[in-house]
Amino acid sequence: MSVNSGDTAWILVSSALVMLMTPGLALFYGGMVRRKNVIHTIMMSFAVLALVSLLWVLYGYSLGFGPDVGNIIGNLEFVGLSGVGLAPSGYASTVPHLAFMMFQAMFAIITVALITGAVVERIKFSALLVFGALWMTLIYAPVAHWVWGGGWLGNLGILDFAGGTVVHINAGVSALALVMLLRSRKGFLKVPMEPHNTPMVMLGAALLWFGWFGFNAGSSLAADGLAANAFAATNTAAAAAAFTWILLSWRQRRPTLIGAATGAVAGLVAITPAAGFVIPIAGIPIGIGAAVVCYYALLFMKTKLHFDDSLDVFAVHGVGGIFGALATGIFAAASLTDGGLLTGNGMQFLKQVVGVVAVGGFAFVGSWLIGKLVDVTIGLRVSETEETVGLDISEHSERAYGGF
Amino acid sequence: MKKIEAIIREEKLDAVKGALEEKGLVGLTVSEVSGRGEQKGLPLLGRAGEERVDFLPKLKLEIICHDKDCSQVVETICEAARTGAIGDGKIFILPVEDVVRVRTGEKGEVALK
Repeated sequence: MSVNSGDTAWILVSSALVMLMTPGLALFYGGMVRRKNVIHTIMMSFAVLALVSLLWVLYGYSLGFGPDVGNIIGNLEFVGLSGVGLAPSGYASTVPHLAFMMFQAMFAIITVALITGAVVERIKFSALLVFGALWMTLIYAPVAHWVWGGGWLGNLGILDFAGGTVVHINAGVSALALVMLLRSRKGFLKVPMEPHNTPMVMLGAALLWFGWFGFNAGSSLAADGLAANAFAATNTAAAAAAFTWILLSWRQRRPTLIGAATGAVAGLVAITPAAGFVIPIAGIPIGIGAAVVCYYALLFMKTKLHFDDSLDVFAVHGVGGIFGALATGIFAAASLTDGGLLTGNGMQFLKQVVGVVAVGGFAFVGSWLIGKLVDVTIGLRVSETEETVGLDISEHSERAYGGF
Repeated sequence: MKKIEAIIREEKLDAVKGALEEKGLVGLTVSEVSGRGEQKGLPLLGRAGEERVDFLPKLKLEIICHDKDCSQVVETICEAARTGAIGDGKIFILPVEDVVRVRTGEKGEVALK
C-alpha cells in the first residue's frame, strides 16, 4: 500500500467540497425560516461543523472506523488519531489514512447538521449541541461502522455508495423522532410562515449540489473511472429531480424556485447510495422517482398529518434516502456490482430493505431516547416568549438584518 | 373618519391582526419602521462585547375607520399588543378629511367599505 498522489489530491479536494456542504445547508435552511430565526438556523449548522470536527478527531473516528468489536462498533484504538497517519489504511489503499479520516469527518458533520432543519425556530441552542454530541456518538458512529467500518450491514452486502443509509435515512428518521418530542412551532398552519429569502435557499442548494460531487464521486476513494461514473450519475439525478419538481409545482399552480431547489436536493439524496453502483443514465429514473415520492411525502406530512417537520428533513432526506436505498437494489448494474432487481438479483433488493429497516429503526428509537434525555434534563425547547420574539435575539443576541 | 396609527412589537402582528379580524375589522396597512422610545434601544452582542442598538424594529399599522368604530379598534389593538413590558408601542389617532377609492372614484364614507 503506497500513497498515490492523484487519488490523494482528489480525496483532499472532495473532503473540502463536502465541508462546504454544511455552510451551504445553513443557507438552504436559513433562507426558509422567518427573518427572526435566521441567525439561529445558520448558527446550528455552523456550530455543528466546529463541534463534530472536534469530537471526530478525539474519538468519533475510532468508534466508526476503529478495529471492529462484534460487528457493531469500532474500538478505541484510533482515539486522538493515534495510529492514524500518513500511510494508507485498509479503507483506501492509495490515500493517507488521515485523508480518509477527514473525508469521513465531513460526512459526520453534515449528517448532524441535516437534522437541525426539522427543529428550527424553537429548539434551544444548548439542547441542540448536547443532542448533536450524543447523537454523533451513539447513533452516527455505530451506523457508519455497521455499513462502512466493517460492521454487520456491510458484511451482509448492503450497497450504500456514499451514505444514502448512513447519512440521509439516519438523519431523516432521527429528525422525525425529534419533532415528535419537540412538537410544532407556535402558530404552525395558523399563521403564515413564509420563507424569508428564497435566493438564499437557492444559493444553499447550489452549494450543496456542488459539494455533492465530493460527497459521491469522492466516495470512490480514488481518482478513477468509478469516480467519474458517480459524478455523472449524481449530476443527472439532481437535474432530473429538479426538473421534475419544477413540473410538479407548475402542475399545482406555478413553477417555483424553492421547488426547483428542493427537487435538486431530493435527487441528490436519492442518488447518494447508488452513484457508484448504477450507470449514469439510471440517474434519470432515480431522480424523477425521488422528486415525485418526496413531493407527495412532503404534502402528506404537512397537509394530512399536520406534522411540523419544519424544513422537510424527513420528507426529503428520510423518504428520499429510503427511496434511494431501494432504487440502488433495483438499478444496481451488473458491470459495477452483483446486479440488482432489474438484472435478476432480487437478493440485493432484500438486503437493501434490511438496511433501511435496521438503520431507520435504530435511528428512530435511539434519537427519541436521546431527545427525551435532553428534554428532561436541560429542556429541548425555548420559552413561548423567546419563540415569539425569535431565536436570533433570544438565543444569540444578534439579528440577521440590523443596522440603519 | 379617523386614522389610527399604531406602533407595535413585530411579534405581536399576528395577535393584533387576529383580534381585529374577530371584530370584523379586516383592512389595514403594515410597514416596517425603526424607532426609539424612552428605553433607548437594546444591547446586542458584536464580535467581542456589547453594542447598543438604539433604533429598534417595530411595525406601524395604519387603519382608517368610521368615527364610531375608533375606540373599539384602539382598545382591541391595545389588548392584543400588550405584554406589560417597556416597548409595547404607542397609538396615534388622527382626523381624516376624505377617502377616495381609486378604482371607482367614490368619495367619503362609502369609499371605506
